[in-house]
Amino acid sequence: MNPDPVEAPRKLSEAEIEALLVRPSVWKRRDVQRSLLIATLSTVVLGALIAYVLSESTGWDAVRRSFLSWHHFQEAMPRVWDGFKLNIKIFLIAEPIVLVVGLLLALARLSRNPVLFPIRAFAVFFIDVFRGAPALLVILMLGFGVPGLRIEGLPREPVFWGTVAIILTSSAYTAETFRAGIESIHPGQRAAARSLGLSNVRAQLHVVLPQAIRNVIPPLLSGFVALQKETSLVSAIGPLEATRQAQIYAGTTFNFTSYLAAALLFAAVTVPLARLTDHLLVRSGKSRASGGAV
Amino acid sequence: MTTSKLRFDAVYKAYDRNLVLRGVSLDVQEHEVVCLIGGSGSGKSTLLRCANLLEEINAGQIYLNGESIIAPGVHADRIRQRIGLVFQSYNLFPHMSVLKNITFAQQIVLRRSRSEAERRAFELLERFGLSDKARAFPDHLSGGQQQRVAVVRAMALDPEVLLLDEITSALDPVMVGEVLNVIRELKTLGMTMILATHHMGFARHIADRIAFLEGGEIIEIGPPAQLFDAPHDPRTKEFLDRVLASE
Repeated sequence: MNPDPVEAPRKLSEAEIEALLVRPSVWKRRDVQRSLLIATLSTVVLGALIAYVLSESTGWDAVRRSFLSWHHFQEAMPRVWDGFKLNIKIFLIAEPIVLVVGLLLALARLSRNPVLFPIRAFAVFFIDVFRGAPALLVILMLGFGVPGLRIEGLPREPVFWGTVAIILTSSAYTAETFRAGIESIHPGQRAAARSLGLSNVRAQLHVVLPQAIRNVIPPLLSGFVALQKETSLVSAIGPLEATRQAQIYAGTTFNFTSYLAAALLFAAVTVPLARLTDHLLVRSGKSRASGGAV
Repeated sequence: MTTSKLRFDAVYKAYDRNLVLRGVSLDVQEHEVVCLIGGSGSGKSTLLRCANLLEEINAGQIYLNGESIIAPGVHADRIRQRIGLVFQSYNLFPHMSVLKNITFAQQIVLRRSRSEAERRAFELLERFGLSDKARAFPDHLSGGQQQRVAVVRAMALDPEVLLLDEITSALDPVMVGEVLNVIRELKTLGMTMILATHHMGFARHIADRIAFLEGGEIIEIGPPAQLFDAPHDPRTKEFLDRVLASE
């Protein structure tokens, strides 16, 4: 017998709906296991392939001796670590100053009051100069130039001037980050604050800046990573930071494993920072675009 | 003659070379509700923004209680506090809870203590059925709730006049009802209000007078019955025919 062609579509029972709601998670778990297995297999296969090709190639032994010597790694690490403490110190001193100077520069650049024109002009000039010039150039100029002036009362230590140079260049970048953040806030927010009788400064302080800063935390953290790496440039004017220590070790032993040691130390700081940035970006992306499967 | 609460005297406003207000004059009496109707770009919003001093006018005068609010030396921030403005897009502060949205300007502008500001906030939230939302953040509220909070935020500063700029235009019909109830409530409290609105039915019901704007001018102004049922100017009639046909 043919089924009745006008039979109404059958609705699901409560139990069937319940099953429908449960099943996806089981599916998902199976899916996850499957993709994990595939990912592991493909990684192992590719890794084995690379290892085989490397060990068969003629230069591999030389590479291993020069860059991956465990003996030299152990020898160099204490000295490089000693130098790296200076990198951390420069970073810790410079970063807070960079954040404050960067924010002030951004605010100066965005000021619209005609009385503040000279300050705005200065901010534009400062940002153009220090964003345009290579950091190494500024470090060399200040690090060798200023102590050479022999002005009474000015510090002579290269570390001091190297740090100042890094602060100047990073502040210029950070100012642009803050500026983008402030400009991303809808003008309606400022209008609403002003309409309540808040002064321009109060509106900026209580309404615009808190939102702007929250929006630029990921790029600011990227700036942290860049600054941490830039501290190695200070080696150009003498201070014995990690890169310089690694260079000295390599220069005396003709083995380059010390550079690897320095690279690992930098990575130990910058990689977690970068991961934190990713995490924050994902989170802010989620809170902004809730919903949608694609 | 008594002084009017808010008075516009031949107000002109241009953006660059584009003249948006062409000599608008309007008297609003205390406790009066005036609705501004007219198409997009007729100057309704601009007029309200000028009264709140968010825009500078090019010529004319605006008086609050008979005193110019644009004379040199007038403290613009004080005027803005006395003339509240609610926006079409709510503009709540997303990084603050509902309560903080309502209290923080009170504390800064009126120098109220925190407890005083919160007492005022809860009093208003309760009146408008929002007291359970005090700790929520704006993102978690519906559009209608956000707009009601925006009205409460403006009212918390005890303004003498409240300007409402198409505050229902971004809302779906159910939420429009919620917000219009709030305005009705404000009218019974005796609030002096100017509303720019597209809801002709509501304007007829709530307004003491209706002003029809076109091309930056008030073409006609009068009580709802007269303006809606027996408009004098052919432009008013044409506008109403167009709008009412679509309602």
